[in-house]
Amino acid sequence: MKIDSTQPLEYSTEQNRLNILGFWIFLGAEIMLFATLFTSYFVYENRTGSGPGGADIFEITPVLIETILLLTSSFTIGLAIHAMRIQRTKAMLGFFAITLVLGAAFLGVEIYEFIHYYHVGATLQTSAFTGILLTTLGTHGAHVMFGLFWGIFIFIQIKKQGLTPQTANKSFIFSLYWHFLDVMWIFIFSFIYLKGMM
Amino acid sequence: MEFFERFAIPHPSPMIYASMVAIGLVTIAIIVGISYFKKWGYLWNEWLTTTDHKRIGIMYIISALLMLFRGGADAVMMRLQTAVPENTFLDAQHYNEVFTTHGVVMIFFMAMAFIIGLMNYIIPLQIGARDVAFPRLNALSFWLYFAGAMLFNISFVIGGSPDAGWTNYYPLASTDFSTSVGVNYYNWALQISGIGTLMSGINFITTIIKMRAPGMTLMKMPMFVWSALITNIIIVFAFPVLTIALLMGTFDRQFGTFFFASENGGMDMMWANLFWIWGHPEVYILILPAFGIYSQIIATFSERNLYGYTSMVVSMVAISLLSFLVWVHHFFTMGHDAMTNSIFSITTMAIAVPTGIKIFNWLLTMWKGKIRFTTPMLYSIAFIPLFTIGGVTGVMLAIASADYQYHNTMFLVAHFHNVIIPGVVFAMIAGLIYWWPKMFGFMLNEKIGKWAFWFIVVGFCFSFFPMYITGLDGQARRMYTYSEATGFGPLSMLSFFGASLLAAGFAIIVYNIYYSFRNAPRNIGDDPWNARSLEWATHNPVPEYNFAVTPEVVSSEALWDAKKRGHNLFKDKIEKIHMPNNTGWPIIMAGLFFVFGFSFVFFIWAGVILSGLAILGCMAYRSFEKDDGRYISVEEIKETEDKFGGANE
Ligand code: HEM
Ligand SMILES: [Cu+2]
Repeated sequence: MKIDSTQPLEYSTEQNRLNILGFWIFLGAEIMLFATLFTSYFVYENRTGSGPGGADIFEITPVLIETILLLTSSFTIGLAIHAMRIQRTKAMLGFFAITLVLGAAFLGVEIYEFIHYYHVGATLQTSAFTGILLTTLGTHGAHVMFGLFWGIFIFIQIKKQGLTPQTANKSFIFSLYWHFLDVMWIFIFSFIYLKGMM
Repeated sequence: MEFFERFAIPHPSPMIYASMVAIGLVTIAIIVGISYFKKWGYLWNEWLTTTDHKRIGIMYIISALLMLFRGGADAVMMRLQTAVPENTFLDAQHYNEVFTTHGVVMIFFMAMAFIIGLMNYIIPLQIGARDVAFPRLNALSFWLYFAGAMLFNISFVIGGSPDAGWTNYYPLASTDFSTSVGVNYYNWALQISGIGTLMSGINFITTIIKMRAPGMTLMKMPMFVWSALITNIIIVFAFPVLTIALLMGTFDRQFGTFFFASENGGMDMMWANLFWIWGHPEVYILILPAFGIYSQIIATFSERNLYGYTSMVVSMVAISLLSFLVWVHHFFTMGHDAMTNSIFSITTMAIAVPTGIKIFNWLLTMWKGKIRFTTPMLYSIAFIPLFTIGGVTGVMLAIASADYQYHNTMFLVAHFHNVIIPGVVFAMIAGLIYWWPKMFGFMLNEKIGKWAFWFIVVGFCFSFFPMYITGLDGQARRMYTYSEATGFGPLSMLSFFGASLLAAGFAIIVYNIYYSFRNAPRNIGDDPWNARSLEWATHNPVPEYNFAVTPEVVSSEALWDAKKRGHNLFKDKIEKIHMPNNTGWPIIMAGLFFVFGFSFVFFIWAGVILSGLAILGCMAYRSFEKDDGRYISVEEIKETEDKFGGANE
């Protein structure tokens, strides 16, 4: 494998460069996936049938906590990649771990939120509106969950193998994924929660 | 016992029992055959675990041909049933199942697979690459497609086929009206193979952007590569919409949500919209690669550079953008205001403009060319007028007010078969014949090939042109029978006659493969068609590393200019070549996806959870696996090249 040392580690082999481009294209597909969910959400937003509407069930506190947790985790994964670039493996692992812990906390609060919806009578089977709300949030949450496991695997690999072109490449791609989930959350926050509560 | 009752067919008939027996016997025969000839090891090591784009391409094409025969059998059954008025060969329910599986099999499992198969084989060769960007992912794509196809195909013997049309409109597809598990099969089979397609899309875009031979700028790519690039971009943007639509459909049918219901806020038109936002781009996913194939073939057999290269590219880009802006033309009659219909009417007609430009470019390529009437060229020549007729009737359908007359009649059926058969199917046959020597090292017999061509072209015309007339007379599509008084009888009989000719044409192609395999000479050299692009600059059949030396390109007709102007394509000397290793994980994961889909179809939650966990386990294993591939040594390359009669240095 040819290693080009003028490039940052994550870009240093041909396969690494292919992986990163491929992942960007994958994110393009993910954008379409979420765009379809958002479009459907807007269509069903006021089609609440006999169930509650957004203003009836949204609670600002858990949503704000989730937002802060996820935004911070996006910041810390950025720091992790920065640490990786300057070859500080320990610092990188630290920030990586913080990111994952924040992600797990986010999921915890989201699960609490879902239980709340269940108790106020907003389930998948209540109306088209609650259905699409939970499907959209659930798709995002499932992505975060998937990311957590993936992140843990990468964490273990860096711990074992140190920073190699492969592990650096994986971490960088993971950070793209994580930022992407953050951006999607900002859309969810603004166009589902804020708009719904207004 | 109760557990097994769910697998019973809701609407059995002797034919279905007969096919159950046939499937059972064929499976046993295959297993016994492979064991008897001790081919399991060969099959596993050389094919099932391969990551070679060429072998994956061939597996796609073989599967597509199998699906062509499955879908073709459906088609013949439909034409047989409607050949005479008041026929009782199929009853209404069976007819519904047959037209549904025909559409799904042909679009998803035949046409898509054929196209992706050809792209797999040809694209890396045309850009002078060693493989695709992600060879393992490529294998996974294929096996997911295959798992989806198999899942779909067992539906008619286990639990019942889907019966709501390939468009699967709600409320018809809801549990109120489609009570069997058929539509669940539809959802999961398409979901699983759709994931595979999406990954192929990502793979090919990366490959084409990053792995072209030195000197091959974007505007020097062969036209098939351009068409593949644009097609795959459409795939990446269109398929996620289908993913979500199928997910919502699954939730409605299996978890009792109300997305496409008529109560509690649901909206059945939402499915139609999402389906066609994916569906219309899908028809261009099928046709653009076909355009690319015709461009290669017409230029080769006219012995001229493709006319209007830039305008070809620009019109494909225009088509790809417009293809996302026309979906409403599939339901002009379903309650929009005049303004909406007018806008989508105009965008639809606008697509005919770039399409027309391409038609003229092909004609002008042939103009003053030295045309060689080979079989692939015959298909390409027949494509031009026939496809144009299909395009013209498309523009007729695009007139929203007039569409109230044609919509969901046989006229529509005639339109889309008129664009898909001369457009897509002819291209696939022509491409297969054209690239056959590349794949297998011998040519298909031209004389038999031309017989098949005439059967297929004439058969096509007789099958589908009568439908334009009965459609205008008001014959609705998807009706299992009609009364004598309608007067549709004679033309329907003619259509059945045409379908028989088509079937005979395909049978002749199969015979041709057998005949040529036995009799065709193997010493055909590297460039039997006197072709123009890079894939013909290496040997037939292609060695596993594709090119002993990476080619360097100076023009869009790389090989032609090398031959005529004496460019040297291979300047470097031979070096060791890096290749990906084989891997069993893709087929294992796809098998798990099959179990997952099957369990979900039947609400077997234990199966869903176990296979789901196993899939995640595979991913985890893959994450930790280290696999840097292997190298082919210089000696080995030299030896192989010598066998082919010397290296292309
Ligand atoms: C000039 C280009 C074309 C135009 C203007 C056009 C227009 C239309 C319109 C307006 C409809 C809907 C009619 C109705 O439901 O009443 C339609 C249906 C359809 N077209 Fe085209 N079309 C064109 C090219 C193509 C091509 C190239 C393909 C495929 C390769 C294609 C495949 C189909 C299919 C599959 C359907 C409908 C299937 C169904 O409802 O089951 N069309 N077309
Ligand atoms: Cu369309």
